[in-house]
Amino acid sequence: MKRVYVNEKWCLGCHLCEYYCAFAATGKDDMARALKGVKINPRIHIEEDTAEKISFAVSCRHCTEPYCVKGCITGALSKTDGVISVDKDKCIGCYTCVLSCPYGCVQPTEDGIVQKCELCVATTEGTPRCVAGCPNSAIVFEERL
Amino acid sequence: MAVNYIYPDCEVVRNYDRCISCRACERQCANEVHSYIEEENKVVSNDAECVDCHRCVSICPTRALKIVPTDHNFKANASWSKTNIYEVYKQAESGGVLLSSMGNPNAFPIYWDKILLNASQVTNPSIDPLREPMETRVYLGAKNQEVKRDADGRVIPEMTPQLKLSMPVMFSAMSYGSISYNAHESLARASQELGIFYNTGEGGLHEDFYQYGANTIVQVASGRFGVHRGYLDAAAAVEIKMGQGAKPGIGGHLPGAKIGEDVSRTRMIPVGSDAISPAPHHDIYSIEDLRQLVFSLKEATAYTKPVIVKIAAVHNVAAIASGIARSGADIISIDGFRGGTGAAPTRIRDNVGIPIEMALAAVDTRLREEGIRDRVSVLAAGSIRNSADVVKAIALGADAVYIGTAALLALGCHLCRTCNVGKCNWGIATQVPELVRRLNPDVGYKRLVNLMTAWNHEIEEMMGGMGINSIESLKGNRLMLRGVGLNEKELSILGIKHAGE
Repeated sequence: MKRVYVNEKWCLGCHLCEYYCAFAATGKDDMARALKGVKINPRIHIEEDTAEKISFAVSCRHCTEPYCVKGCITGALSKTDGVISVDKDKCIGCYTCVLSCPYGCVQPTEDGIVQKCELCVATTEGTPRCVAGCPNSAIVFEERL
Repeated sequence: MAVNYIYPDCEVVRNYDRCISCRACERQCANEVHSYIEEENKVVSNDAECVDCHRCVSICPTRALKIVPTDHNFKANASWSKTNIYEVYKQAESGGVLLSSMGNPNAFPIYWDKILLNASQVTNPSIDPLREPMETRVYLGAKNQEVKRDADGRVIPEMTPQLKLSMPVMFSAMSYGSISYNAHESLARASQELGIFYNTGEGGLHEDFYQYGANTIVQVASGRFGVHRGYLDAAAAVEIKMGQGAKPGIGGHLPGAKIGEDVSRTRMIPVGSDAISPAPHHDIYSIEDLRQLVFSLKEATAYTKPVIVKIAAVHNVAAIASGIARSGADIISIDGFRGGTGAAPTRIRDNVGIPIEMALAAVDTRLREEGIRDRVSVLAAGSIRNSADVVKAIALGADAVYIGTAALLALGCHLCRTCNVGKCNWGIATQVPELVRRLNPDVGYKRLVNLMTAWNHEIEEMMGGMGINSIESLKGNRLMLRGVGLNEKELSILGIKHAGE
C-alpha cells in the first residue's frame, strides 16, 4: 500500500506540511479563509534540532501491528485497507492510543477525543496534502516493500 | 551610519487578509527579511534586506506576498538614472569596485528579437513533426578533411573525435563553487537522460559525478583548478576557457568563504583560500601558445576527445576564431556579452563585449570564407532564452548552443542577481548546506529534462514549418532568416535580408 514517507535529507523545516494538513482537515477550499487567525493542530509534525540543523516530518506510519488499535478500549481506532482511522463517535478520549503510539502521531483534539493522519482519504485529490504541498519533495506518497 | 543614502529597490507587500502567520517566509529567507511578532501573531517584513528573489512569494501557501519595485524615486533625469546615482553613493561609501551577477541587464539591442523565421506556403511543403521523422541530432567536432584509403583502396572509416548530442543544446560552464552540489547533480543527471552534455566550469569535477563523465565536458581555465589526469579521462570533451561573455578580459575570484571541504578537494586548493583565476592563461600569449595547450590536452587524452576553446565575443572575434580553428581545436565556443556569471565587476559586465548574434554571424562567415568551417564546430552562448533563439542561432551558423541562465531558471533561479552574496535562497548559487538542501536534484533534473524536451518539440515544429527535417539542413541557412528594424550594416554583418526582400 502507498504510505507517506519522509526524507530528512530534503526537509527544509518550513512547516508548510503542518499547515496543508490543518487546511485539509477543515474541508474548506480557501486556505487563507480556513486558517486565518486559527491556531493549528495538525496531524503531521516537524521534528527539528536547530543546533544539528536537521528536521523531518512525522506522521502516522499506519503500522502493520498498530499499538494504538490494539490498545483502543472502545474500538474507535480501526484499520481498513491499511489505513488506520478514528471513529469520532466511539472515541471517549481515554488517550491510551496517545500514550501507546511510539511515534507520537495520535493527538488529542479540542473536543476531548483524538485525531490522527488518515492519509487524506476524505479529500478527493488522492495525494495527501502534506505530500502535494511539500516544496522540496521531502515528503512522498509511495509504495515501498 | 546616520545618513542612509540607499532606499530599498523593492517593497514586500503582505496582504494581511490572506497571511495566516505560518512563518514559512520567515524560515525560508536567508536574508532575514521576515520576522514574527509573537504578541500580535503577525509576520512583518524589512524591505531593506530583500533581494527580490521571490522565494517567499513562491512558497507562501496563501499567496499573501508580492514584491514590487519601489515608487520612491529621484527627480526625473534622463542622464542620471537612479542606478547611476546609487552606484555613485555605494562607491563613495565603500571605495570598491561594484560587483554584479548574472548577465548584462541593460537595454542593448537583442538581435534575436529582430530576426524572424521563414515558413513554407503553397510552393514547398511543410513537415508535420508528429507524423514524420525529424532529426535534431548533432555531432560536434572537426570533420574529416578528406577521404583516406588504405593500400587496397578501401576507405579508412576512422573519424575525428565527435560529441553526439540528441539535440543542439548543452548546459554551459558553471563551476562547482559558483553553483551548488545539488545544482551540478541536477545538470549532470539531466544531461545523461537527455543525451546531451553539461560543463564543469573551472571548478573541477566532484568525485561523485565521475559516473556522469560520458555526458560531461571538463574545463581547463586559467586557474587550472581541479585539473588532473582522472579529470581529463572522465570527460567526453575538454574545454579550454580563454574568456567569458560576462567578463571578457577578466579572471575569476571565488571567495574563500565558499571554499569548504568539498569544494577544496574538488578544486585542489586549501579550505578557505580564495580561488583566483588569472585574467590570462599565463602560458598563452599567442595562437601558437594556445596550440600547445590544445595539443597537450589531446596528447593527454590520446586524441580520443574533442578539445573546445571558449572565448568571449569581443571586437575582433572572427579573426580570433580563425586562429583558434587553425590551432587544432575541434570546437569553438563563443560567449556573448549577455552571458551570465556568478560574480563580475559591474562595469565589465555591462560595457565589454559584443552581441552573440553579431559575433556568431561574423565567425561563421569568416570561417566559411577561409574554407575552414568544417575544421571546427561552433557553439553560441550567452543569452539563449528559448527554442526560437536556438533555431535562429543555428540558422546564423552555430552547430549547437550552450544555455546557462535558462537552465538555472528551470532549477528555480528568479534572476535576483545576487549570486555573488552566496546566500541563494533557491539552493543554486550557494555553498551553505541548509540552502543547498533546498534544491532537491530529483526535482531539479526532471525540470531540466522537461525544459529541454519542450524546446526540442518546438525546434522540430519550427523546422517542420520551414520544410526542413534535419537540423543539419538548417545550419548556416541564413535564407531562413529575415531582419526587422535593422539597418544595412547590421543586416550585412548578420548576413541576412530584411523582411520583405
